[in-house]
Parts: sequence; C-alpha cells; structure tokens
Amino acid sequence: MLKVTRDEASARAGVPISIAGVTKRYATARGGEVQALSEIDLAIEAGEFVSIVGPSGCGKSTLLMLIAGLIPPTSGTIAVAGEPVRGAVSNVAVVFQRDVLLDWRTVLANVLLPVEIKKLDPVIHRQKARDLLRSVGLAEFEDKYPGELSGGMRQRVAICRALVQDPGLLLMDEPFGALDALTREQMNLDLQRMWLRDRNTVLFITHSIEEAVLLSDRVVVMSSRPGRIADVVANDLPRPRGAHTRSEPRFVEHVERIRRHFLALGVLSET
Amino acid sequence: MTAVTADSSAPSNPAIVWLARNGPVLAIVIVIFAAWEIAVRALSIPDYILPSPWVIAAKIATSWQLLLVNAFVTLQEILLGFALSVVIAIPLAIAVVYSRIFERVAFPFMVSLQTIPKVALAPILVMWLGYGILPKVMVAFLISFFPIVINAVIGMRSAEKEMIYLVQSMGASELTTFLKIRLPKALPSIFGGLKVGMGQAVVGATVGEFIAAEHGLGYLQLISQVRLDTPLLFAAVVVLSLLGVLLFHAVTLAERIALPWNRLTTEAVE
Repeated sequence: MLKVTRDEASARAGVPISIAGVTKRYATARGGEVQALSEIDLAIEAGEFVSIVGPSGCGKSTLLMLIAGLIPPTSGTIAVAGEPVRGAVSNVAVVFQRDVLLDWRTVLANVLLPVEIKKLDPVIHRQKARDLLRSVGLAEFEDKYPGELSGGMRQRVAICRALVQDPGLLLMDEPFGALDALTREQMNLDLQRMWLRDRNTVLFITHSIEEAVLLSDRVVVMSSRPGRIADVVANDLPRPRGAHTRSEPRFVEHVERIRRHFLALGVLSET
Repeated sequence: MTAVTADSSAPSNPAIVWLARNGPVLAIVIVIFAAWEIAVRALSIPDYILPSPWVIAAKIATSWQLLLVNAFVTLQEILLGFALSVVIAIPLAIAVVYSRIFERVAFPFMVSLQTIPKVALAPILVMWLGYGILPKVMVAFLISFFPIVINAVIGMRSAEKEMIYLVQSMGASELTTFLKIRLPKALPSIFGGLKVGMGQAVVGATVGEFIAAEHGLGYLQLISQVRLDTPLLFAAVVVLSLLGVLLFHAVTLAERIALPWNRLTTEAVE
C-alpha cells in the first residue's frame, strides 16, 4: 500500500528537465556528418507546458528523442527529474504523430501496454485506463480493435496509453499533425483539460504556431541547420484557454512574434 | 458513429444468403461441367482421351479406397514437408532480423537459392534418399520453405520505428519488443507465407512422387497414365485438388482464429 501512495503522489507532479550544451551530429550514409542540434540550453520547470516550433529539419524530433533517452547526445547533458538521462527514462511517456496503436490488441489492451512492460500494478491501472478512456469519450470502445476507430479516436487512445503510466514528463511529437482541423481543435482542448488536472511536465512539438501559443506556458522557436533556439516566448494568458483566447490581443501578439521569426529565417515568404 | 447492423431487408435464411454469395460461381461450374459432359457424349470422345465428368465421378465412387490410401500417403508427405519448413523457416527469419551476419550473408544467399527450380533437385534427392517418403518430404520442404522464410522476414521488419521507440521508451528489453511488437506485427505476413507455402508443399510432394514412388496420388497418376486409365488419372487430379483446397483453408482457418483483429481490417478493405 505504501508503494501505491507514493505512486499517487508522484502522479500529481511533473518533473523538471534541464538541457545543457546539447549537440547532436548524425553520420550520413555517404560518410559525412549532419549537425542536427547545436548547443541547446533549455530548462523546463516541473509541471510546465512548453512547445517547440520550428521548420522541418530543425532537430525538434531529435531533441525529443534525446530527452526520452532513445538516442545519446554527441555532447552536453540532459537531466530529467535531476537524474542524468542514460537510456530509457522511467517516468517519461512519448506520443508520436503516428498513433502506432497495436492492431492486434483491443483499445483497452493498447492502453495497458506500458503497464505490462513496466510491470505496474494491473488492477489499479486497469481501472485508471478505463477512467482515462471514459474521460476522452471512448468508454464504449474498450473492446474494439484500433482498425474500427477513426484517426482522432486512435490518437486519443495513444494519449491515454501515455497517461496511464502517470508520466512526470509527457513528450509529444506533433501528436495532432495527422488530424483534420476540427478534430485537432478538440484534441487541443482535451489535452489542456488533462494537463490542468494532472500537471505533468509537457514538451509539445508542433508545426502550428497557434496550437503552440494556445497550449503553452512558453514557446521555444527553433531555427534549422543546425538546430538552434532562436527565441523563447513566455505566455501567461489565463487558463482554461479556448476559442475566445485566439482573439485576445496578447495571443495575436505572440503568434505574430513567432511568425516574424519564421519570416526572418526564410521558412515563410510573403512574396 | 452509427452501429453496423445487418441490412434488415436482406434474407435471413442462411441457405439463401450462401446461395446469393456463391450462386454465380456455382452456376459457372455447373455450366462448364455440363458443356464438358455434352461435348464428350456428342463427339463420342473415348474415355482414354477425355473422360466425361460423369465417368470421372463414377471412377471416384468405385476406386475411393485406392484414392484414399494414396491420398493419405501424399498428405503425410505434404504435412511433414510443410512442418519442416515452418520449424526451420521461422527461427531462421528471426536470425536474419536480429543478426547482421545472417542478414548480410544468409538472407541474400537464400534469396538467390530461391531461383533454383527446386523440382529439378528431385531426382538428386531420390538418388540420395531412396524411394521412400523422405525425398518427397524434402522436395515439399524445399519448395515451401522460401515463401515462408521471406514473408516472415518481411513481416518482422514491418514494425514502424516509432512503434519500436515507443516500447523502448517504456524500458522494454529486446525480448519484450520481439514478443509484444515484432512477432504479432509479423503474423499476417507469416500467414501469407504459410498459405503460399502450403500450396507449394502440395506441388512438391506430387512432383516427388512423379520421380520415384510406390505410393501416393502422384504415383497413382503415373500408373494410370501407363495403363491408359485416364478416368483414374482425372480422379487423382480431383482428389489432389481437393486436398490442396482443404489444406489451404486449414491455414486460413488457423489465421482467422489466431488473428481475429486482422479479419476486421481485411474485410474493411474488401
């Protein structure tokens, strides 16, 4: 029982991330090298919602993989919850653009995959998985296979699968990039609601400037080749945010500021 | 989201439903056999050239014991050859997916071996292994092996890299990744290979019997040919075809039981 209460306590708080002087170079097939990230310094507080926007190839996804411990940095250090990252990090969950649900498992069994792999308490987490599915309107789909679900429903299942682990840190790599605009807006609101409830740390990668501003405490703007941090936009618009937020002057201001970076970088061109 | 329910206007009698679905195929088969029967009778074609369907059916009815005994021998050869293929191909596929050496050396080697007409090896196998069941099992094995191993390799490589990253981020070991991701992900492809392999095993066993045998449907065909017993020759073809269809459907049935979710997705595509 003691273990359970400790799990419950950690579930309520996100963990901090510190990234110091991180550089990542890849070897290319032709024997050359590609500098994906150059000297990244970034500190993210516990429970903070930070978005990263940037052009394709700016190393956003690489940064996420580094934090998750899936690939090692060339130089520099990354610490999650004060612990240096070496290999997979236990209280981190990842959501990709592709939902990568396992077609051969029912919705509920998909959500329970991390519980099986991490050997967490099956009884408690089964109930938690059910609650999560209910909270995103999928209670009746528990026993369906992913093949029977729409794209938006599938991505909801993928998010439930991440959240069932009570992650202190949620890493999301363009999670709504493949969804239609309307579904995407709904997913933004759902994500905000879940984050306000759990307050885990979220690192959210997106191509959408407005999505980033709507959801985040801070938006990190990256430039490409090599990936560098061009700007960090702090955003203290009151929550819960929604459609009304988009018309607020400060929202528009933030969006404009980020867009100007993209214009300066040549990613956007008005001519 | 609307529930998928049976069309209420459709007939509920299963016999009628079956007939509606399979009726056209059945009609074509009946027309072909009728035309065959009429042509043979009208043109007075002798039985040793082309027996009519009726004569073949009668032959099956009178020689059913002979056919059954020989079919059983062929069935044994097919199943043993097929089982040998599965037992060797699947572990080999795992080795190819996980070992650099197997991937770089063994796999290209196997793929190039696939171009050898395995049937051409049958006389050599007979020379080495004699007249018993063994050379037929070996031909069935050789010919059914490649589709199984190649499909298994393709299937085990088909897991998206995000899927692998996902379980790695959960701290999964390589064994867990294999058992929970790669293997189940590969099963549809593996079953695809098994279906092709089963068909090939039937061919292999029969060809093996053509070369040298004392039992089996292929042997029965040879004997019938020598004796100009064309109706029995045809009867053997019919039984062999039935055997092939039956074995293919056995694999399909196993697939449906093992992969209930796959039926959903494939039916959705259809």
